[in-house]
Amino acid sequence: MMASSYSAKEEDGHHSGSAGLGGTAIRTRKPDNTAFKQQRLPAWQPILTAGTVLPAFFIIGLIFIPIGIGLFVTSNNIKEFEIDYTGTDMSSPCFNCSQSFSWNSTTPCRCVLFFSLDQPFESNVFMYYGLSNFYQNHRRYVKSRDDSQLNGDERSLKEPSKECEPYRTNENKPIAPCGAIANSMFNDTLDLFYIDPNGTQTQIPFIKKGIAWWTDKHVKFRNPSSSNPNLTAVFIDTAKPVNWRKPVYELDTDPENNGFINEDFIVWMRTAALPTFRKLYRIIQKKNNMTPTLPRGNYSLEVTYNYPVRSFEGRKRMILSTISWMGGKNPFLGIAYITVGSICFFLGVVLLFIHHKYGNRNNSSDIPN
Amino acid sequence: MLRRRLNRLCGGDEERVDSRTIYVGHRPCPDTEAFIPSKFCDNRIVSSKYTVWNFLPKNLFEQFRRIANFYFLIIFLVQVIVDTPTSPVTSGLPLFFVITVTAIKQGYEDWLRHKADKEVNKYPVTVLEDGRSVKKESEKIKVGDVVEVVEDETFPCDLILLQSSREDGTCFVTTASLDGESNHKTHYTVPDIEKDLQTLTSAIECEQPQPDLYKFVGRMHIYKLEQEPVVRSLGPENLLLKGATLKNTKKIYGVSVYTGMETKMALNYQGKSQKRSAVEKSINAFLLVYLSILISKAVVCTTLKYVWQSKEGQDEPWYNQKTQKEKDTNMYLKMFTDFLSFMVLFNFIIPVSMYVTVEMQKFLGSFFITWDKDFFDPEIQEGALVNTSDLNEELGQVEYVFTDKTGTLTQNNMEFIECCIDGFQYRYRDTQSEVDGFTVTDGPVNKLQQKAGWEKEELFLRALCLCHTVQVKEAGSEVLVDQVDGIDGLLSQPEEERGFIASSPDEIALVKGAMKYGFTFLGLESKSMKIKNRQNDIEEYKLLHVLNFDPVRRRMSVIVQTKSGETLLFCKGADSSIFPRVRPEEVDRIRMHVERNATEGYRTLCVAYKQLSAEEYAMADTGLREARLALQDREEKLMAMYNQVEMGMSLIGATAVEDRLQEEAAETMEALQGAGMKVWVLTGDKMETAKSTCYACRLFQRGTELLELTVRTLEDEKLNSDQKLHELLQEYHNKAVKDAPPVKAGVTRSWSTANQDYGFIIDGATLSLLMNPPHDADASQYKSLFLQICQNCTAVLCCRMAPLQKAQIVKMVKNSQGSPITLSIGDGANDVSMILEAHVGIGIKGKEGRQAVRNSDYAIPKLKHLKKLLLAHGHLYYVRIAHLVQYFFYKNLCFILPQFLYQFFCGYSQQPLYDAAYLTMYNICFTSMPILAYSLLEQHISIEILLHNAALYREIANNAMLRWRPFLYWTVLGIFQGLMFFFGVRFLFSNPALQDNGQVFGNWSYGTIVFTVLVFTVTLKLALDTRHWTWINHFVIWGSLAFYVFFSFFWGGIIWPFLKQQRLYFVFANVLSSVSAWLVIIILILLSLLPEILLVVLRKPRGHHSQQKKQSQSNVGGNQSSQSSARPLLMRTFSDESNSVM
Repeated sequence: MMASSYSAKEEDGHHSGSAGLGGTAIRTRKPDNTAFKQQRLPAWQPILTAGTVLPAFFIIGLIFIPIGIGLFVTSNNIKEFEIDYTGTDMSSPCFNCSQSFSWNSTTPCRCVLFFSLDQPFESNVFMYYGLSNFYQNHRRYVKSRDDSQLNGDERSLKEPSKECEPYRTNENKPIAPCGAIANSMFNDTLDLFYIDPNGTQTQIPFIKKGIAWWTDKHVKFRNPSSSNPNLTAVFIDTAKPVNWRKPVYELDTDPENNGFINEDFIVWMRTAALPTFRKLYRIIQKKNNMTPTLPRGNYSLEVTYNYPVRSFEGRKRMILSTISWMGGKNPFLGIAYITVGSICFFLGVVLLFIHHKYGNRNNSSDIPN
Repeated sequence: MLRRRLNRLCGGDEERVDSRTIYVGHRPCPDTEAFIPSKFCDNRIVSSKYTVWNFLPKNLFEQFRRIANFYFLIIFLVQVIVDTPTSPVTSGLPLFFVITVTAIKQGYEDWLRHKADKEVNKYPVTVLEDGRSVKKESEKIKVGDVVEVVEDETFPCDLILLQSSREDGTCFVTTASLDGESNHKTHYTVPDIEKDLQTLTSAIECEQPQPDLYKFVGRMHIYKLEQEPVVRSLGPENLLLKGATLKNTKKIYGVSVYTGMETKMALNYQGKSQKRSAVEKSINAFLLVYLSILISKAVVCTTLKYVWQSKEGQDEPWYNQKTQKEKDTNMYLKMFTDFLSFMVLFNFIIPVSMYVTVEMQKFLGSFFITWDKDFFDPEIQEGALVNTSDLNEELGQVEYVFTDKTGTLTQNNMEFIECCIDGFQYRYRDTQSEVDGFTVTDGPVNKLQQKAGWEKEELFLRALCLCHTVQVKEAGSEVLVDQVDGIDGLLSQPEEERGFIASSPDEIALVKGAMKYGFTFLGLESKSMKIKNRQNDIEEYKLLHVLNFDPVRRRMSVIVQTKSGETLLFCKGADSSIFPRVRPEEVDRIRMHVERNATEGYRTLCVAYKQLSAEEYAMADTGLREARLALQDREEKLMAMYNQVEMGMSLIGATAVEDRLQEEAAETMEALQGAGMKVWVLTGDKMETAKSTCYACRLFQRGTELLELTVRTLEDEKLNSDQKLHELLQEYHNKAVKDAPPVKAGVTRSWSTANQDYGFIIDGATLSLLMNPPHDADASQYKSLFLQICQNCTAVLCCRMAPLQKAQIVKMVKNSQGSPITLSIGDGANDVSMILEAHVGIGIKGKEGRQAVRNSDYAIPKLKHLKKLLLAHGHLYYVRIAHLVQYFFYKNLCFILPQFLYQFFCGYSQQPLYDAAYLTMYNICFTSMPILAYSLLEQHISIEILLHNAALYREIANNAMLRWRPFLYWTVLGIFQGLMFFFGVRFLFSNPALQDNGQVFGNWSYGTIVFTVLVFTVTLKLALDTRHWTWINHFVIWGSLAFYVFFSFFWGGIIWPFLKQQRLYFVFANVLSSVSAWLVIIILILLSLLPEILLVVLRKPRGHHSQQKKQSQSNVGGNQSSQSSARPLLMRTFSDESNSVM
């Protein structure tokens, strides 16, 4: 607080000794004359003026509007068909299934929905299931997984992470895969049939590979001790998730798609961003160039109704969609680009007007803002 | 603070007694029944804050008293205790870092203080003990010790002068480091003291310590063997103050009366309190806003969460069961922890990193001041010094400048410039080289064509030589011998020139001036003055009477007798007091010169003389003697006598003395005023001296009407001073405030308009009357009147100020309405209190010791450097830090807003939108470097232009960039962008199938896209604001964007073994493989920046043009004027003169 009081003495002591010249030894403390220290670094000093920004606005407008139109057209060309099979309505074929759902029932409830496509789906068709009001992004849910278990870590298999609670152990056996996400894996089976005008139903072949991210399938998810092809043995001391009907090693017969590396499972494990979401279910490959993948006509969707959503007022949908370079159908981007492009163009015009009108006066007087 | 310390040090019981008794040399006195050694504090100076033991707790306590630190501590504790979405490391680590660094810094500073204390406290002094001189450490001096001090030493404590080596029992002292007066003051020993101090038995009764330097009341009882004790009164003339320096006296003995923290010097220093800048206050205000935003966000989310959960099946759907622990938790406790979790989730809105960045900016930024080579003074081989980096930006906000006069505005170096004899002007030509008077005896007087008569010249010069109270400093061996002991060797300085000692520096200047013209004053020896005249003859005059100078008469006279028996009276004084006493026709010839000199800022004195006949002298002599001996109304009688004697004189001439200004003082003051600052001169010096300095600095100008409020103007027959004060205040108020046309805001000085300029002068005595009027009720009224008057004056001069009064004034202005930012600049110890009091204290590395420098926030070698310090550095720092603060709040708002909005879509479950790495790194790595570089390097206007156009300083006055309006703008911008980021991506994710292979994105992709847009937008926004792109800016801005991309790939490219969840594994790469993501990122960045670009374009032309215009203006017209004003006053008049002579 009082760093002051003493120094007169001290200083004057110095003074009498070595009067003048800044006291002690004559160190030249002259600051370096470098550009940086003198704040004189060469600098580019851009000034945004109407003159420089005007062309930019026009250019942005000119670029964005075509992109927007392109996006909009692309999005519009994407064929998409959506059908809700939740079965909340009395009239819905799945009403019964949704009403009489019980976890313990051994016989799966099946229902069949009929629909028709007005337009043929030309290219590859992607089949999604959609859920609504399903909070996959709930914090408690998101963190309820053990990535090292899913990565094939033996120790985590036996001793799953605490984050998995309350889906960590069942009857003193560690659950594999543990956690709420895995436990609630979507397990409806959807089958699609084409109904010929003559009445015969042909099942549409699905491809169930390539629906998950390549890195997930090949790096992030791994079966424990992958050397051992016998998954049943690998998972011997683990329990299946409580809500699953079959253990993880029976998800598929294909060993490349079984266990943790089952793609349906991997897709499910990538938690959705929003409570209404869709996830890729199957891919319908285009057979040849002559026939459309899904010709117009009538179809039936056969649902094995295993997944209850009524309790939390959720909805279930089946979506058929083609895909373009920009992904699924989404008019938002196109509209956004057209809007922004137009705004820029419009602003360019307005600025040009202002610039033209007040620009002449600029030389003599200040612009009134 | 000080009081408390005093109490602790000295024991409380002392406070109650109003006097203290001191036994000289600790010898008990016969009178006192019992010798009770009273407890006084020792002579130790304590300025340190901590000891080794209390450092940790005390420092931690002080640090956590800062609202921000405390807040982060709370957040950290919450994260530790409650299950929160982010780990405690995210806030604990930065907090730990900040606290540690601060503690180390403060510890180091305190260590330095300890060291400095020790140096002073261990300083060796000589104490007389039992007849022997004992060397002691300064801190060991006790009250009552007899201390020996030799020439040029400072007094280690407050002493009563007992014995001096000078014959006449006087000693000379300079109090330059106390009150700035560098002249020599005479102090007297107590009369009737035996030569042998060992046998001296006496007791001193004196008042308790008090800070007034000029007041001291005491009594000394001297006991002599078998005699009645003698009582002598003690006054300030007997007291030698700690900090003052002994001059021209070989050695003195004194008894210490006040020691250590009780010395008047120590009492005159206030505690160095932590200064906070206005920016910091703004930060805290904004912080509160953000804190309330944060809390309301948390409250909203918590409420909505429970509303949402109350719906059937939402709280715990079958797929997302709670753990047993969660189920068991009490509902209200759960609510509370939920609230805390939201707080933690959104706490990034008030980032620790801002404090770190601000501190770093301040610390690093202050180097530019130290590095500035323009601040380097070749004379002292030093540049500027930064003691506190906390106040850099405050330099750009100064509204009031309080400057010391002596040593700051002036060099305290009086110089005889010219004289005027009988109406003819004489100017000493060889002023540039300070040649001593002996060599240039044949003066330029002869060279001037027009000149007065020989006799007149001689008379004038004799008058200069005789009419003064100057003493010759004994040089070498020739002179009066001090017979105390043989230390006179010390005195033989290799000084050819005669040293003079006088109570006023201009007397010396005059004597020296006369010396240059051939008349040398040799000294006063037993009432006879010796002069060496032009012919090198010694003339001797008998000094009969000295009619002392006093500020009311404003003149002084001497009556001398020549060898031939003539009696002469020489009188010199201010023109106003001389002119009425001389013949009017003489006045006319000289008045012109005097007035011209006065307006040029010189101090003018008129010299007159009168020959006294024997009768006249006899009358005057008796009259003066009688008056001097009068017991009642001595002053009045003397005054009357003086007036009587000093009548009917004839004017011989006038002199002009220049108080040399510091380099570019006038220009600097002009620039400061041009920048809208009000300059107050606070000085301990006399009013006349100070006034002429103000004229010389052009603070007062010819047209300035001076409003004086001094002891002199308060004198009135009818009214007492209090009433008069009231009257004058009202009158001035009417003049300056009410009648003045409303001045446009921001324009404080307009030369062009016909507005009357006012200057205000007040002195210390009046000020104390004003501050503490007899009627308490008036105090606030007086103060506000005073402040209002001062606010309408272009310059204010406060003279005769005690150091504490200076601080009082600063404090008063500081606390006045609108709490303007004040800056004090000074060089001496007497300025320390005001340096400490003002928002910004500047020390000048002057000659008067280092006190001011040490206590200042910034120290510069010369006054002229103040201009660049304020106009360029201050301006830039302010703009930089203001932008930094606003930007930080902005970027964190748009960082956290999407996270807040996400809660509406994730069931209010505190799910973070961004990955933990992004949350932590955002402020530390991705967005911190560009703003740091900006805040160190930005020059929105180049330094040259800033220096050229002082008016630019006004653009940022009143904290312009951190007011609520800009804050609101930034906040709205942040909200707008936050909304853009979140909903832009939200609409994109209405169909999460964004890849061309139909695969879908999850929540982490969502967050990553938002975050990418965020980082790019926020960085590009800064790029838009950057006006000064050095390579560093380029490097950091593009570098941190590249780093972000690189980091994201890297972070997502590896399965990190230490992470529980591989959330971001290949998320970023997948995002970038989607065309839609690219497109949405691009458009969102553009859309977010669009309003900003638009605003810049619409706003910029004005600034640009005015800037250009100013530039061109200054190139065309301004150049010349600025140059002419830049030339020092002296040079100008000089060259003008030489032109005319040619």
